[in-house]
Amino acid sequence: MSLPSRRAHPLVVRLTHWVNAVAITLMVGSGWGIYNASPLLPVRFPPWATLGGWLGGSIAWHLAAMWLLAGNALVYLGYGLASRHLARDLLPVTPRSVLADLRAALRFQLPHQPGHYNAVQKLLYLMVLGFGALAVVSGLVLWKPVQLHGLAWLLGGYPVVRWLHFVAMSGIVGFVAIHLALVALVPKTLPPMITGRAR
Amino acid sequence: MTPHERRALRDAHRPQLARLQRRMLLHGGLSLGAVALLSGCDDDALSGDGALDRMLRSMSRFNDRVQSWLFDPRRLAPTYAASQITRPFPFNAYYGIDDVPDIDPDGWKLELSGLVADRTPWTLARLRTLPQESQITRLICVEGWSAIGQWSGVPLGRFLQRIGADLTARYVGFRCADKYYSSIDMASALHPQTILTLDFAGDPLNGAYGAPLRLRIPTKLGFKNPKYIQALFVTNTYPGGYWEDQGYNWFSGS
Repeated sequence: MSLPSRRAHPLVVRLTHWVNAVAITLMVGSGWGIYNASPLLPVRFPPWATLGGWLGGSIAWHLAAMWLLAGNALVYLGYGLASRHLARDLLPVTPRSVLADLRAALRFQLPHQPGHYNAVQKLLYLMVLGFGALAVVSGLVLWKPVQLHGLAWLLGGYPVVRWLHFVAMSGIVGFVAIHLALVALVPKTLPPMITGRAR
Repeated sequence: MTPHERRALRDAHRPQLARLQRRMLLHGGLSLGAVALLSGCDDDALSGDGALDRMLRSMSRFNDRVQSWLFDPRRLAPTYAASQITRPFPFNAYYGIDDVPDIDPDGWKLELSGLVADRTPWTLARLRTLPQESQITRLICVEGWSAIGQWSGVPLGRFLQRIGADLTARYVGFRCADKYYSSIDMASALHPQTILTLDFAGDPLNGAYGAPLRLRIPTKLGFKNPKYIQALFVTNTYPGGYWEDQGYNWFSGS
């Protein structure tokens, strides 16, 4: 079976992508505000990059936007499994293919085919999905450390889970930085994520 | 507390005090915050009338309902060994340690009001005649830090039964000597680990930790554990709280 060749991204993927972009922005901005109330590292995020104005505002944003994030993720994962988008477009990914594509990419010799992910893209997307899952699971434990204390224990206890949540955020923010840099480098990839059609 | 002890505790918790001061600064400078900008420059994120403030408040009420549904009255907070207790235990309040209330324990009485059959005020000595429970649990602050401490006192559920409180009422509220106030849902009030605390680490509560009486409720965040309690009431009218009225989520269950 082959999709129409000019169709780069299905509607559900585009919609959930942009809803996710909003949700991640809200979660990271408010999360940085919460972090600043009791930093894990001897650094704080600049107040202009935080959302909420004060701890209470940041928490309110974080615990409101989590529903947007989770609901959107369920739609994406449900669609991705049912349509086989995940299995077809993100798998398989082998170390050999990643190395080959990474070498080509660093020499600017990796062609961009709309609607087809190269091995480096696949790896990055799978990694950010993993960081997203870690963020959700660790976030649930931070929200409900007593009701979910079995899960808290499995993950190493409340103080460790704060770090896991921070690591997950760092992974997601790192992904977004690479993702945006690549879009800036290859701007023709942006319109298909809006219209779904490749030029 | 001797002045020396007070100084030692203050030095140990200087970062928290600095944080507190920063928080007050931030709070005062809210109009610069992103929410305020988006919602039309309210003075106070969440207590304003902008559409975003109203949306955030209704989401917070939705989260209250979700948490009340998630709350399992039989699920116990994890307990720890005495060797795991955090020493020194952090002092935390909305003011500095030099401003903690200094209450004469002999003149103190717990005032009772609301949906309570017997409103006779309770002295400390009388509270100590009731069966006591002890726990070593983790106090988790809304700011993210946490610390393990040992508290003991009268289980609130047993106390509410003793005073003939209406256990079908929705809220139990507290008013404190430091103008702090808070309230909890009845299901959490009846949880076996929710205790009217008289002792901290085996000794009567001292000035930094809420003497003469505080609430210890390990199924909720730290700010739902009011200190320097003077009055307890049972009601069906939403009582709010010091931080809750400024925008912290009311249920704030753990």
